[in-house]
Amino acid sequence: MIAPKDRWMDREAGPVVRPYAVTKGRTAGGTSMSLIDVVVAAIDPQAPAGFRLTPEHRQILDLCRQPITVVDLASDIDLPVGVVRVLLSDLSQHGILRILGTPRGPVTNERLLRDVLDGLHAL
Amino acid sequence: MDYTHSDPAAEGEVLPTTAKILIAGGFGVGKTTLVSAISEIRPLRTEETISDRSVGVDDISGVDRKTTTTVAMDFGRITFRADLAVYLFGTPGQERFWFMWDELAYGTLGAVVLADTRRLADCFASVDYFEQHATPFVVAVNCFDDAPHYEPEDVRIALDLDPGAPVVLCDARQRDSVKQVLITLVKHVLSNTASSHEYQDTALPAS
Repeated sequence: MIAPKDRWMDREAGPVVRPYAVTKGRTAGGTSMSLIDVVVAAIDPQAPAGFRLTPEHRQILDLCRQPITVVDLASDIDLPVGVVRVLLSDLSQHGILRILGTPRGPVTNERLLRDVLDGLHAL
Repeated sequence: MDYTHSDPAAEGEVLPTTAKILIAGGFGVGKTTLVSAISEIRPLRTEETISDRSVGVDDISGVDRKTTTTVAMDFGRITFRADLAVYLFGTPGQERFWFMWDELAYGTLGAVVLADTRRLADCFASVDYFEQHATPFVVAVNCFDDAPHYEPEDVRIALDLDPGAPVVLCDARQRDSVKQVLITLVKHVLSNTASSHEYQDTALPAS
């Protein structure tokens, strides 16, 4: 016997709330960021007047006390990357989170390449 | 895991430097096997808009024109030091996910095209993509037990690769083998970087 509430809410049904509901339908924020950009919350993040933190915003701020990449954060929080980007963009624009960009375009930083090579050799 | 260097409270923040490497190739060629042989595998959900390739350019206006698609994928992370990590992304194989390649390829250190000699044509699309986007890559032939053996030079000819593009044989299940593939890639990128400095200061996108 299946309880009525379980009848349609099984694993096949997927999430009951569509992912972009937590962003109020926005599919892109105002700040661009790559998957491996590092983000970090302000030390004592206080939302400015007029900006209401959602539970997801708070969860992100909590996870970003230490620097973390966008992709690791999305994995930890189990929200789609697109949603996480919108929320990070909100926090960044209100000054309570920093996005530390990685270089764009082709990687030509010889120092980085040599560090990666040394790291691989040492594995 | 080694966190002995991280002491952010005392020394200020340890800000990681990150790089990414793409793992491409046909369906079932061993991309996930390769990534899991050398890195910590993590799950990722993406829900991206197909018609909106660039990130951070607009708001809800025009949302009705867009279609979103959900893609579940894995990625790998190799943490070398507290301040240096490399991320490995397997490229989605199906054509309907090609829009994700641009996002993944942008700012990448380089790519590994994993090939299976029984189905070499499966990696043509990846090779074409990286050649067109001037993304440095190596072709790694995953030596399946029951696949016929070919020399790297044969594979190079079959794929019509530039003479400079490395082709290596590997076993995607073996950590040391995968490590050698990645070392070959990084060395290849380094040699490109060193030589390009001799005659051009700024690299512009090829297209």
